[in-house]
Parts: sequence; C-alpha cells; structure tokens
Amino acid sequence: MTDAELAGQASARERQPARRAAIRHDADPWWVQWSIIAVAVLFLGSFIVLPLVVVFAQAFSKGAAAYLAALRDPDTLAAIRLTLVVAAISVTSNLLFGLIAAWAIAKFEFAGKNLLVTLIEIPFSVSPVIAGLVFVLLFGLQGYFGPWLKAHDIAIIFALPGIALATIFVTFPFVVRELIPLMQEQGSEEEEAALALGASGLRTFMRVTLPNVKWALLYGVLLCNARAMGEFGAVSVVSGHVRGETNTMPLHVEMLYDGFQLQAAFAVASLLALLALVTLVVKTVLEARMSQE
Amino acid sequence: MRISALDVTKRFGDFVALDGVNLEVRSGELLALLGPSGSGKTTLLRIIAGLDWPDDGEVQFDGEDALPRAVGERHVGFVFQHYALFRHMTVFENVAFGLRARPRRFRPNEQEIRRRVASLLDLVQLGWLADRHPNQLSGGQRQRIALARALATEPRVLLLDEPFGSLDAKVRKELRRWLRKLHTEIHVTSIFVTHDQEEAMDVADRIVVMDKGRIEQTGTPQQVYDHPVTSFVHEFIGESITLPVVVAGGDVRFQGQPTGLDPQGVADGAATLFARPFHMTILPAPGGDALQGSIRRVHGIGPARRIEVALGSEPAETIIEVDAPRVQQWQVGQLVRLRPEHYRLFPKPD
Repeated sequence: MTDAELAGQASARERQPARRAAIRHDADPWWVQWSIIAVAVLFLGSFIVLPLVVVFAQAFSKGAAAYLAALRDPDTLAAIRLTLVVAAISVTSNLLFGLIAAWAIAKFEFAGKNLLVTLIEIPFSVSPVIAGLVFVLLFGLQGYFGPWLKAHDIAIIFALPGIALATIFVTFPFVVRELIPLMQEQGSEEEEAALALGASGLRTFMRVTLPNVKWALLYGVLLCNARAMGEFGAVSVVSGHVRGETNTMPLHVEMLYDGFQLQAAFAVASLLALLALVTLVVKTVLEARMSQE
Repeated sequence: MRISALDVTKRFGDFVALDGVNLEVRSGELLALLGPSGSGKTTLLRIIAGLDWPDDGEVQFDGEDALPRAVGERHVGFVFQHYALFRHMTVFENVAFGLRARPRRFRPNEQEIRRRVASLLDLVQLGWLADRHPNQLSGGQRQRIALARALATEPRVLLLDEPFGSLDAKVRKELRRWLRKLHTEIHVTSIFVTHDQEEAMDVADRIVVMDKGRIEQTGTPQQVYDHPVTSFVHEFIGESITLPVVVAGGDVRFQGQPTGLDPQGVADGAATLFARPFHMTILPAPGGDALQGSIRRVHGIGPARRIEVALGSEPAETIIEVDAPRVQQWQVGQLVRLRPEHYRLFPKPD
C-alpha cells in the first residue's frame, strides 16, 4: 500500500466519528438538551446558590463594620469558641474510636462483627433530637445517673460534656465508614510483612497502616468536623441555650434570629457557610488524591 | 538452619487444615511444599513463619522451640504471593524497611543502609528502579523486590508463599530459574509453597507432597515422580493412567478378565492400577493375558504419538491415552493388547 493510500484510509477513518457524532446530535434535539441542562442549573441555583448568596447579602446588609461588630459580640465569640472546642473534642475522639473500630472490623474475625458494623451506622438513621434526648434521659436531673451526678456536683446536661457527647454520637460514623472498606480491601499482608521484618506493632501502625489510609482518614475527619460544627438538633436538646455559655454557633444563629437580630444572625451564619465552602474545596482535593492512590 | 515441625495440627472451625504434620527441613536446602488448594501447605508455612499458631504440636528451629517467639523474633524472610510491598514507599525504602526497623543499637547507619540496599537491588538486578513506587513495577519486578526486602535482614530461613502464583507463564519460568540460581549463591534454608508440580520439580531439592492437611510423601523430585507411595501422589504428579481393577486370588482382574499382572502385595478387593502413558507397550491382539482394547483415535505430531484405546466393553468402557512408537502404524478400530511395563497398584480406599 502506498503512503497516499494509507493517508486516504486514515482520513476516511477520521471522518467517520464526525458523521456519527452528527447523527447523535440529531437524535437528541438541541432544545431537549438545553431544557434538561436549564432545569438542572435552575434547580441548583435556586436551592443551593441563591440561599448562599442571601446569607452573605444579609450578613453584609448593614455594611462591613456592622458585620464585624456582630462577630465581635462577646456572646458570638463565646459561641464560636464553644463550637471549636466541641468540634476538637468530637473529631479527636471519633478519630481514635474510628481507627480502633475500623481496625477491629477490617483485620480480625470475631463473633458479632456484623452486628457491630450495623451499630456503627445507627447515628445516621436516628434523628439527632432523639440522640440528644437519650443523653438527657441518662444524665438529666430525672435521668438514671442524674441524682448521682447532682450529688457529686458533675454537670453533663446543659454543659460542655453533654454537648460534646451528643456531637460525638451524631458524628461517630464518618471516620469509621471511610476506613472500613479501604482497610478490608488492603488486607493485612503489608502489616504481616512489616512484622516479619522485625518492626514493632507501633512502628507497623505508624509506618504502614496509617500512611495507607491517610487520605481516607483525612476525608472522614473533614466530614466529621463539618457535621460537628453544624450540628443543631442533638446539641439543641442537651445545651440549655445559655447565651455566652452553652450556645454553639448554630444555636446562637437561631437565638439571634428569634430575637429579630437578622443581620447578626446571618453574620454568624456566614461563618458556617464559609466552613461549608472550605469543606467542599478540601473534599474535592482529597477525593482527587484518593482516586490517584 | 534446620526446621522441624512435630505433630503440628491446626483447625479453622470444623475444617482441619493440618492433621498431625511431621516435617524435617534440612539446613540449606530448597524445599517445596506441593499440594492442591486446601491441602494445608500455606498454613504450614505461616505457622513456621510465626504468622499463625498451631492448635497442637511444636515447631523447632535448630532443635529449639520457636513457638514462644513472634514472627519478628524468628529471623525469617517471608515472601507473599501478592508481594505485599509497602505501597506508599519507594523500592529503596521497601528494601531498607527491615534494617530501619531494628532496635537502635543493632541499626546500621544511613551510609551502611544505602550500601546494603544497593547491593541487594543489584542481587535482584533492579538497581535502576530504586526510586520507583511499587505500582510502577511489573509483577515480576515486584516479586524480586519483595525477595530483596525479605533478604535485607539476613534471615536464617526464607519462606515463600506461592511466589510465582500471580505471574504469567513466561515470567514465572524466568523467575523460577532465577530463584534456583539465587539459592545456589546464598544457600539460605528456603521453603516455598506451590500448587504447580512442574514448578516444584524444576526448582526444589526436595518436595513435600501434601493433601487434606497431611503429608503424603517427601523426597527428591525424582523419587516422588518415579516411586509415588500413594495413589494421590501418583495422580497429582505427572500424567497418570488409572484403571479400576479387582485383586482376586493373587491375580489382577480388569472387568472380570485376568490381566496376568502381579498384584504387588495388594490384598484381595477393589484396587486402582496406575501407570505412566509412556510405560504402556502396545501389542497386536489377540494374544495371552493382557488388557484388551480397540484403538479409538490416533493423534499427535512430532516425535510423540498418542493413541486412545478403549478398554473393556460398553457400558463400562474405559478410554486411556498411551504413548506409541512412531515406527509402527496404527489404525482406528484395530484390536490391540496393552501391557504396562511399570505400574503401581493401590487398594481402593473404602
């Protein structure tokens, strides 16, 4: 075959997909394509983007100075501080519990394993309000441990421990859920190899297990953190809504809103919205890293 | 190092993986644990390594009880079927892992680690891959790195679990030869698990044939092939012709007909006759006592010619395939007699 013939064949081959694409274009008329896209964009715009814009518009409705003043309010600062503390406590404990639980489930065989896997998911299927009520029933004044706690002067409900407990409960599944499937897929061979090479259990965990799950772990922590900072229902039940003391940011937003301080309410809400945006960006980056591995 | 397994038993629930296994591995030899899947060979290897513990029995290294020691304290090198390389580390760091994991006072300095890793990578001929990650290597390369990693700590024994199991046929053959060569160079006591008899025959000094958690036979490849001691070994290793026969009054009968073969001391009752396809002599029929049959098919090109012979009559007809000399002409339908020059009789298990 001559070069010219080869070239001719090649260009014929190139033309073919173009024609096929044109036919497909005819099969879905332009107005069908465009109306489907328009519906999707409109839906996304009115339910996601518009509210987000409104939050920031309201927050800055009285200017940047008012915005900053609202955030500098002592009660607001207290709410921000409490939210950060609660998030730090619940993310740390769920990181530890999550690693231990995922390790146990992925690497060992034991009776009741399936039950444990089901139990871990419970916080996702239980309404957060119920979760909060459970802690009131346990630790509240009329609760099982109430009188004893009262006698020993330990405050759980309407105090930081109760808020932290409720948040830990609600956010428990995030880290475990990310880790279990990954750890199961990876198996224990790398750990066995490390042990056979003389590494200690701790070294094996730090140098082999942890690096192998680090992106999934960060992903779980990120989602856990977002939920911990945004949790309303469960915290609302156990907090007692004491301004400047037991109000987290979401509770504080509600209180400001109920008190007709619209602009202040949206200023605090804008911080939560910002958190959501940052979470979204980090999440996208982490997902890219995970799919690379 | 000499390794002994004494009456080792291991159960997983109701499943008996190892049933009172006794094994003696000689110092410096390359031993193959050969058997079908579920025969317990991998379990035995893992117990020797310290990755599993037996329910009963003992494992000794040079006569010393090894069971109280964890895998890291036994100084074994373990190579996994799926390599188990540390995926987030470079090839260099993988090989260096065992050296870095040593307690501080036994840990070589960084320069020494570099030198040792470089020489190990040279040994496996992959020095140029030091900065790559495992997912950038081919299967054969990964397994060689896994081997270098296992050798880095200068193990007293090398344990390989189906080391070539996940490689394609050509690479497998290359690596096999390479492992054999490596073993003659470094001479560390090595045990490898395989289900591939050809691989075991090719590489090992001695073969341990296992089935259903028991050792069926131990011996050199030659011994195991030429003198199988159980019907399982005869069938599992090499090609076998099997015929259901009956031993009656010092005679071996096939479908009621005397065959003129010696029962080899097998007691009266049902038995199975085993022979190799090239140990059958084909004679023209009719004649004296022998296995009578007719030719069904003639095939094969090159030096080997294969003939399918139908023995006995319908419906209990048995078709066997034998090697035939090329010089003779055979016709389909021709009546022939078969006489096994070498064969083994094993009583049929109840």
